[in-house]
Amino acid sequence: MGKWTRRAFITTGVLTGGALVIGVAIRPGNRAGKVKDMIASEGETVLNIWLKIAADNTITVIVPHAEMGQGVHTTLPMMLADEMDADWKTVQMMEAPGHKQYANYALVRGFIMGRKDIPAILTGTVDGLFLAATRQMSIQITGGSGSVRFTGMYAMRVAGAAARAVLLEGAAKEWNVQVNELTVKDSYISHKASDRSAPFAEFVPRAADLSQPSKPRLKTTDEFKIMGTSPPRFDIPEKVNGKADFGIDVVVPGMKYAAIKASPVFGARLKPVGDAAIKGIAGVHKIVNLENAVAVIADGYWLAKTALEKIPVAFEESVHDAVGQDNIYEQYLKDMDAAIADGNELEDLQKGDVDGTLADAANVVEAQYRVPYLAHATMEPMNCTALVEKDRCTLWGGSQNPLGFVSSVAEALDLDTENVMFHNRYLGGGFGRRAMEDVAVQAALIAREVAYPVKLIWSREEDIRQDHYREANVSRFKAAMNDQGRVTAWNNQFVFKHDPEEAPHIPYGIDHQFIHYTESDTHVPWGYWRSVDSSMHAFFTESFMDELAYKANKDPYRFRREHLVRAPRFLKVLDLAAEKAQWDLSLPDNWGRGISIHQSFGTVVAQVAEIEITEEGLKVHRVVCVADPGFAFHPDGFKAQMESGIVFGLTAALYGEITIENGSVKQSNFHDYKMVRINESPNIKSYVIQSDNWPGGAGEPSTPGIAPAVTNAVFDATGIRIRELPVKNHDLVAKSLKLG
Amino acid sequence: KVGILMKILVNRKEYEVEIDPATPLLWVIREQCGLTGTKFGCGIGQCGACTVQLDGDPVRSCLTPVQQAVDKEITTIEGIAPGETELHIVQQAWIEEQVPQCGYCQSGQIMAAHALLTSNPAPTDKDIDLAMRGNICRCGTYSRVRKGIKRAAGAMSTAGITKDLDHGEMD
Repeated sequence: MGKWTRRAFITTGVLTGGALVIGVAIRPGNRAGKVKDMIASEGETVLNIWLKIAADNTITVIVPHAEMGQGVHTTLPMMLADEMDADWKTVQMMEAPGHKQYANYALVRGFIMGRKDIPAILTGTVDGLFLAATRQMSIQITGGSGSVRFTGMYAMRVAGAAARAVLLEGAAKEWNVQVNELTVKDSYISHKASDRSAPFAEFVPRAADLSQPSKPRLKTTDEFKIMGTSPPRFDIPEKVNGKADFGIDVVVPGMKYAAIKASPVFGARLKPVGDAAIKGIAGVHKIVNLENAVAVIADGYWLAKTALEKIPVAFEESVHDAVGQDNIYEQYLKDMDAAIADGNELEDLQKGDVDGTLADAANVVEAQYRVPYLAHATMEPMNCTALVEKDRCTLWGGSQNPLGFVSSVAEALDLDTENVMFHNRYLGGGFGRRAMEDVAVQAALIAREVAYPVKLIWSREEDIRQDHYREANVSRFKAAMNDQGRVTAWNNQFVFKHDPEEAPHIPYGIDHQFIHYTESDTHVPWGYWRSVDSSMHAFFTESFMDELAYKANKDPYRFRREHLVRAPRFLKVLDLAAEKAQWDLSLPDNWGRGISIHQSFGTVVAQVAEIEITEEGLKVHRVVCVADPGFAFHPDGFKAQMESGIVFGLTAALYGEITIENGSVKQSNFHDYKMVRINESPNIKSYVIQSDNWPGGAGEPSTPGIAPAVTNAVFDATGIRIRELPVKNHDLVAKSLKLG
Repeated sequence: KVGILMKILVNRKEYEVEIDPATPLLWVIREQCGLTGTKFGCGIGQCGACTVQLDGDPVRSCLTPVQQAVDKEITTIEGIAPGETELHIVQQAWIEEQVPQCGYCQSGQIMAAHALLTSNPAPTDKDIDLAMRGNICRCGTYSRVRKGIKRAAGAMSTAGITKDLDHGEMD
């Protein structure tokens, strides 16, 4: 499968739609002229497509990513402003419009369709930045923990530095002095010798005519003034007074509301419902039959929802009607066995001689783990508002992938992408779910049937049952260990592979490794779920390492250490976690401590969980989290993301389970798809190592490691090894509690 | 006919709505009154995103028929600040602790916290757990919610806001 992952596949979809947004090289004659009308108001000058400067010297940074709580609407402007030496107090942000005028189709085609990595020589340059940033930003996808590490590093910082350079050049010309005699501070340029000082805005007319440098000098870490600090986030004030405008809050004049029910068995076709079913219900206007769903349009959402509940809805029979969760696990195991028997395992990583080492090993340890399907359950249920007029469609909602929405809607309605407009709003949680365009397509198809705008809102039940799920998976291990307790061979097989590439890879120095997988398709839709494959592989690999440690009769922290001698970055993170957690301090009866380490999206995270088995069940008291993201540009925001990812991962570890029954999802709402609540939320202490490695992500990397930290702690407390998540399915209390 | 004519009082303002009296207050507040700060989360009273106050008590507006709110004072997130340009102490604390992430659940969190602090101006961790466990946050802002409540409690006590309150509900 190589590097062509499914996340990149979305890119292709967007490309074929012909619409994508990409940064444009900063040079005269670029497309800034074309985007100017979209982003600039009167009196503002667009210096390059990532910023504009107003006459009053305020700077607006154009951010091509959605805000879903990760703070990107603040952190990206910080990166640009710092390189520019701007006055942070006068910096604002605006979200980039989703429009293909931002696109640089040829570059994207060359580098994404060509499946090439960005040549290192280009990455620091103004041109190169856009090539590289294309991977994430071109398509305006907010995901993959990529906003800071791609858009921020490749676009924002370089754009800020380039803007600073032309402003200086403009000032030098205006004052007839040398550029190197000028200094910049807080959006002012000064010439000390002549005691002159003037705001950026004064030099904008000259600067706008200058060619921006292709490779401006970027600051070194010690020169940062804004990056690495934690100013208050721009989006928070309107999130405490009810003013924040989420997709579900959109109000369009003349709008009506729609409720929808799609086939519980994925893919089954609807038996169309006649309008007679709603006849005589006041305020209820129309039934819209889609291929696999039925919708009701009414004056209010409650009216639509209750009318939908009353009408008889049936779906065609499907070949998946009898599929249950056990069938899926059986199919996985059968396909996994067959892959080995037939010798057609899909190779993920191969080094050394695993079979030979296993054959000669003093000790062979085997284990099998399993995780269930997971839904996203964003707090804001899926919704989208659409207005279809003749040959145009206007959409409002919250999206991690606005241009993907545009191209899918254009395809569904057979419109030109030019005539589909998507207005993005705040996202009430994303976690990968809002990269999927299904709800936008439904909204457009429903709105096509009427002459007014329609706001489609999914019920929570629909949200849980019509998700794109983190897949259920099985992972099997076989390891060889010598008499000194050193692991010498590692054989790991699982099902499916998506992102990130390195999810199943271990940092441990094990000479012989064979990591492989098999495809085993089901009818259950798959989707990006916070940390994607890492959300399960950290549980698999870090549980198995723990088992090996106990087999070797070694302390699980020190056992990991011994296998990390050639991985100093990991070792540092692990050591700090053990130190901060006071690893060697003994615990009371029924308490346990577990450790994990995992790298994802460029950030290394170690976690130590402290748990207690009480009469009420498992209680996670404390989590120590140490992360090395290379550099945290907004440390408080980074820590908030660590806490967030841990609570998200803990919910999955303790409770998360979507079960397939009769071809459909059994769970339906928060009563049977439980979430961690404030009383179950552990005390989390996060520590950040600013190591100066290439920046890693923030939104996802703390999610993977919490499950194994907790289950390893359960083993420490009880001797019970949890090999299947979620923890709720294991009766820890009766089996283990030492009372009195 | 869609419903009957009713008058409700939201944030000290009277609204006249013609609607089926069984309609949950949530949808009336959002669609008829146009106050979208109150959020739909689950529809079954499990998540707390729709929390508003009826005569000061936190309720799940997704399960409260609008007719039950007639003759009561309804308070939403838009109505707790002392004025247009001012914030309530709880909202201020939320900014100072940088509590929200995606922000979707935060109206409900703040309305629940506001009600807690009104009845119990110095809540313990246990009090906070009990009062706030009905409010789910998928972004996991719980530790900051806790800090926000404590900061607000401190600010209210400094400002003398709570000194006249009846402490009868405390242990």
